Order: sequence, then C-alpha cells, then structure tokens
Amino acid sequence: MTPSHAAVSAAAAAEHGFLSPTGVEITFLLIGLVTFGAALVSVTTRQLVHAALWLVVALGGLAVEYLLLTAEFIAWMQVLIYVGSVVVLLLFGLMLTKAPIGRSPDADSGNRWAALLVAVAAAAALVWVVVDAFRTTWIDLDGPAAGSTRVTGAGLFQNWVLPFEALSVLLLAALVGAIVLSRRAKAADAAQQARAGGAAQQARAARDGQRPAEEGKH
Amino acid sequence: MHLAYPAVLSALLFCTGLYGVLARRNAILVLMSVELMLNAVNLNLVAFDVYLSKAARDTLHSGQALTLFTIAIAAAEIGIGLAIVLAVYRNRGTSAIDRLRDAAEGHGDDSDDSAGSDSTVPGAEKAEATA
Repeated sequence: MTPSHAAVSAAAAAEHGFLSPTGVEITFLLIGLVTFGAALVSVTTRQLVHAALWLVVALGGLAVEYLLLTAEFIAWMQVLIYVGSVVVLLLFGLMLTKAPIGRSPDADSGNRWAALLVAVAAAAALVWVVVDAFRTTWIDLDGPAAGSTRVTGAGLFQNWVLPFEALSVLLLAALVGAIVLSRRAKAADAAQQARAGGAAQQARAARDGQRPAEEGKH
Repeated sequence: MHLAYPAVLSALLFCTGLYGVLARRNAILVLMSVELMLNAVNLNLVAFDVYLSKAARDTLHSGQALTLFTIAIAAAEIGIGLAIVLAVYRNRGTSAIDRLRDAAEGHGDDSDDSAGSDSTVPGAEKAEATA
C-alpha cells in the first residue's frame, strides 16, 4: 500500500470507522450469509425439488438486501417476479420432466471438480479485486430513499420510455415463442406421440443396457 | 454502508451460480443457476445505483432501470428455456444435458446413439410441421 493510499484510507476510516459497523451493515452481513448459504445448498443438494426451495430462500434474502439498500420497488418486484413466478415455473418444469423425488445420485455431472476449481478461482479473483478497489468507498444511506416507487417510476418514464416499450415487445415475442415451442402439431400428434414414446423407451432400454457395461469397464 | 459488502456478496453469488452452471447435469438446475448469476448482477446494479445517486448529481437512475429490465428479461428467458427443455424431454425422454450428444464429433459408442438416430426423424418432421 502506498503512503497516499494509506492516508486516504486513514482519513476515510476516521470519518466512518472500520471497526464500528452500523446496524444496517450488521443486518446486511447476516442476511448476506443466509443468502449465500442458501445459494450454496441450492447448487449442491442432490434433491432436485429442495434445490428449487432453497432458491426461494436465496432470492428472498436478496429482496431483503434490496430493502436495506433503500431500493423498495426493486425489492417488491423481486418478490413478485422471482419468488412468485420464476420459482413456480421452475417447479412446474421439474414436475413435468418427471424429476425424481428424493435423492438422485447423478445430479452432478462428472466435471464437477473442474467446475469447483473454476468457481473458486473466479471467486478469489473477484473478491480480491472488489475489496481492493472499494476499500474506502461508503454508500450514503441517509436522506430520502434512492429507490422508492415515486423516484423509480419518474426515472423510468422520463428517461427510459423507449427501452421500456422495446422490453414489452420482447416479452410478447417470448410469449409467442414459448407457445410455439410447447405446442404439439395437431396432425402428426398421435403418430408423433407413439414414436416419441417408443424412442424414449428405446433410449431407456439402451441406457439400462449400457450401464452395467460401463460399470464393468471401470 | 461500506460498498464492499454488496460487491463481495454479489461476486460470491455469481461464482456460486457459475459452479452450478458448470457442474449440474439436469437442464432445469442449470437454469436455476443462471437465475442466481442474474441476481448477483442485479445486486451489483442496485448497490452502485444507490451509491451513485448520492455521490453524483444526475444519474438517470440507470442502475435501477437496468435491474428492472434484467428481471423482465430473466422472466422471458426462463419461459423460453423451460419450453425448450420440455420439448427436448418430450422428444428424447431425458433432460440430462450430457446425454444430448448428437452434435458431438465422433460419438460412435455413445449410449444414446440408437435413440438419437431414431428421434432425429420426428424432430425434423416436427420442425417442418410447426414451420
């Protein structure tokens, strides 16, 4: 650390205090620990439905963090859209693809150790850079809220009207696309279904036949 | 509040999502991890918007507007992604992404080879029918 850096951080510490965290900071830290732990369990658990339920905890914790950062409107949007609809959609997807209830031993693929290495390396690099960059920066949470519904609405409809409308077109396109993707063609429906069922059965049979052979190979 | 707290939390959540995307086998769990990564970015955007709205004069509240846009795009993405996963599951009978290896080079002894060569035919027919 260069002397000028030391002087700057000493001055900032004198103003804010490194070792006397405020109540908001302590709350943020505790909720952040809960959020991070829930996210970790959500990506490592072997029970697929539990992963979706831990995701609810992580997303709800993030909504509380938005509230602590005085972004109220974003927090309620987070609760409405993520916890209310995205997780429900994910649970529907898990049920419709006949995800196994209970422990499924093959939830993680074979490259999980490489994935762990990449994730830990990325986390170390990011945390190091971020802590080093923002060591002497404080958010001023006093005064009027930076993200109340009034402020957010005014900003959105004064400066961001065109992207907002483009986003509504994008949502419409996504709606139409999802309908087209999940619709069965009517004419070929019966034959298609029979053939798909046959293919699925064949795949299952091939997999079951293959598995002992693979185990024998190891 | 120290700005490093939300920044570090969002970096950690992003790397958790990264691990999930790389390590999970079920396609729906991969989509969940993508949601975690998007949320980490959202936390960063909100924290820096709150910081800049006091530190700078005119910021147009771009961080919060972009966060709302990211939330909407994530909702669209999860809808389309689940539709694709369900279509794949209907055609192949599996949603494990490392079994979908029809495009891989030199997959002569792959376990799904016989089923893959059969089910590409109705897949092509379906594409024609929907087009």
